[in-house]
Amino acid sequence: MIQVTIDTHPIEVEEGTTILEAAQRLGINIPTLCHHPALEPYGACRLCTVEITQNGRSQLVTSCNYPIRREIEVQTASEKVVKGRRLLAELLLARCSNVPKVQELAASLGVTQVRFEPHDELCYLCGLCVRVCRERIGQSAISFVGRGVDRQVGPPFLKFSTDCIACGACAFVCPTGAIQLKDITDKEPRPLLSEFDMGLARRGNIYIPFPQAVPKIPVIDREHCLHYTLGRCETCEVFCQAKAINYDQEDEFLDLDADAIIVATGFDLIDPRTKPEFGYGVYPNVLTGLEFERLSSASGPTMGEIIVNGKKPKDVVFIHCVGSRDPHTGVPYCSRVCCMYTAKHAHLVRDKLPEANITAFYMDVRAFGKGYEEFYDRVRHERILYRRGEPSEVYKRGDRLVVRAEDTLLRKSIEVEADMIVLATAVTPRADTAAMATLLGIERSPDGFFQEAHPKFRPVESTRPNIFLAGCCQGPKDIPDTVAQAKAAASSAMVTLSRVSRSRTA
Amino acid sequence: MQVDTLELSQKFNLYGCIQCGKCVGGCPVSMKTALDVRFLIYEALVGVLPDPTHMEELWDCTCCFTCVERCPKDVKPAELIIGLRSLLVESGTIPKTVTDALQGIFRQGNPLGFAREQRADWAKDLNIKSAQEGCELLYFVGCTPAYDLRLQPVAKALAKTFQKAGLDFGTLGIEETCCGNEVRRVGEQGLFEMLVEEGKPLLESTGAKQIVTISPHCFNTFKKEYGLSGMQVSHYTQVVANLLEAGKIKFGGRVEKKVTYHDPCFLGKQNHIFDEPRAILQAIPGVKFVEMDRIRERSLCCEGGGGRMWVEGTNMEERLAFQRVQEAVETGAEVLAVACPFCLLTLEDAVKVKGLEDKLRVMDIMELVNMAL
Repeated sequence: MIQVTIDTHPIEVEEGTTILEAAQRLGINIPTLCHHPALEPYGACRLCTVEITQNGRSQLVTSCNYPIRREIEVQTASEKVVKGRRLLAELLLARCSNVPKVQELAASLGVTQVRFEPHDELCYLCGLCVRVCRERIGQSAISFVGRGVDRQVGPPFLKFSTDCIACGACAFVCPTGAIQLKDITDKEPRPLLSEFDMGLARRGNIYIPFPQAVPKIPVIDREHCLHYTLGRCETCEVFCQAKAINYDQEDEFLDLDADAIIVATGFDLIDPRTKPEFGYGVYPNVLTGLEFERLSSASGPTMGEIIVNGKKPKDVVFIHCVGSRDPHTGVPYCSRVCCMYTAKHAHLVRDKLPEANITAFYMDVRAFGKGYEEFYDRVRHERILYRRGEPSEVYKRGDRLVVRAEDTLLRKSIEVEADMIVLATAVTPRADTAAMATLLGIERSPDGFFQEAHPKFRPVESTRPNIFLAGCCQGPKDIPDTVAQAKAAASSAMVTLSRVSRSRTA
Repeated sequence: MQVDTLELSQKFNLYGCIQCGKCVGGCPVSMKTALDVRFLIYEALVGVLPDPTHMEELWDCTCCFTCVERCPKDVKPAELIIGLRSLLVESGTIPKTVTDALQGIFRQGNPLGFAREQRADWAKDLNIKSAQEGCELLYFVGCTPAYDLRLQPVAKALAKTFQKAGLDFGTLGIEETCCGNEVRRVGEQGLFEMLVEEGKPLLESTGAKQIVTISPHCFNTFKKEYGLSGMQVSHYTQVVANLLEAGKIKFGGRVEKKVTYHDPCFLGKQNHIFDEPRAILQAIPGVKFVEMDRIRERSLCCEGGGGRMWVEGTNMEERLAFQRVQEAVETGAEVLAVACPFCLLTLEDAVKVKGLEDKLRVMDIMELVNMAL
């Protein structure tokens, strides 16, 4: 260990630690533009220059790539240092006069006047992009091109790179937006879409699946992560201060002996493309209820702002019963939750867009639960127009959508223009229900959900003893019904367990 | 006229109706005429259906079957309209133009009023063999392509394409008789049954393994209502798309045109043939293919089906064909391609009435294929 003093603060560091690292540990800020913790020190921007004194001699060195080998005294803001930094900032500001990052830096050093002719460059040649591509991605698709005043960053001969894998690390790391992937390659970047945000937002290769995830820890997408696919990058490992990244961790399969099983595998939603008349997948402003749910969520991709096609919608149309009550789509039953969540969605739109025209098209409103009819009453009073008639066609007029329906109470065919259409899609059994039923040896009812032992008297038991059902795996239900069934299933399992333990002790 | 609404409700399964309005919501003519099939169903169910003799709007239905496709409860609303038309046919209270067409079919085997002897005139120089000599593929031409001067080139183009591809095909010549698709849809059930009774053995007597039609209307009834045995029913777009894929048709020329395509209801909505016509158009060298907004299952009916070729309907000012050709023009296409004789005629009329001749041509897919051969 070596004793160092930085701005009169003493610190002990291992040999080879850079001055910048030591200063950062002390909480002393040294400005830099080219340093990145996951990349090798580079010393290009010279802003991190500090004054060191050893053996009574002082000298100026760049702190990012100066390894501490013996006892030194460091001044991070001596007169000499500050003067030099100011000159650098002035030159940078002249080069990149409109780059916010440079403007901030100059302001923090008190530089406001520039004595040189100003230019409007975006790139200040920090080389982060070049280095991340070489050191982390291992592709070296871009590099410095040209010399002196012509020096710039780009692929060889400034033609589309064949080596580029369109990972986007260069553009991500670029502090000014000078690097654009479309200048480097014609390969389409493959954005990873957040499953939880219904594809409305992107996610990284390492991500926390959703805000309420238990345990709330990140997972790595092995199909896309560069470590698993190319054996490179490993940047997350550098950043993780807890050293929690473990690339060798494998999925664990547990064999458990159980006396009771509670099946709570949930449900799927019907693909709205099975009802092509609504134009889902054709028009981006036709959403499913679940997509709307993410759009209006405070933790969603727009932080809860309702924005479609870059605008706040003026006319919003909700369509009930999309796929439900329709034997042709394999959903002869009522999905039971759509009427109420649509009412809630309409209420949310009213709350966030007080001026919007909101129409809900329905064939029947089924507000059957406790407090539900009252909520339906309340929502209608919030100027939500319920019109009776199931829409049968959606098409475009100019840049707006048109919903075609018969208002059956008017006995008239109508067109309603809309900027956003939300489809209340049917609840269906999970795609893997058949496999699960075979695995567990339990039966399914004709609608595809798991069969309860008796529709009236044994609604939480499956057709096999000691396997219990909870929630939508048994049939569509809302939250209160799901909770009631889940508690009943848990109690039933307890009965089994107590019988088993009594017979074991006896 | 007295209508037994109880019998009607049972016969057409009206008790399944939940009055959701999906049928009328998708009905292409309901925006512009008084036709409201949902309400008719309700009136029939509760026994207050007015005298259908005075329901002029019954003749507005194009039998596009959007209502049938969309109905969640299998009610088949269009069949009720056909059923009501049957009552009118029985009582003899149908439009004169429909009577004329039906009489033409009864007497000469076609609704256009031409002589049976002229039915094969279009093929005079083509040397097509009679299907009765035995053939693999029975080419059913249909009334409009056989007689209508505008459609004859389509019939010829298809025959030439088959010849080029080396297919073993034949026609029924002057023996060919109307398929009856529209006959059933205007409510003349008796004549339709007669046509099937006589036509089915005739078609089957050729021993052909496959029958191909130009019109999606003939295709529809052969496929769904004739119960032909040992004979695959195809629309020409399916056959031609297959020939192209198998490399049996080679294009020599180019068609440097921007082309869009209108899905005929009897081909698209009712028989779910969407991809083959597009595949053919996209295979023609030089064609730049663009889509309109309302396509495939959401296509807008041209108003030529369900007997509407012979009866105008109640709102002649707002023809759907006008709207449709306007939509085609907006895509910037020079050609509106179709795969149905009725669509061709209604849409071409609309182009003329709207004075769009210098912007848009309506052509059958076969005409474009023929240009590129």
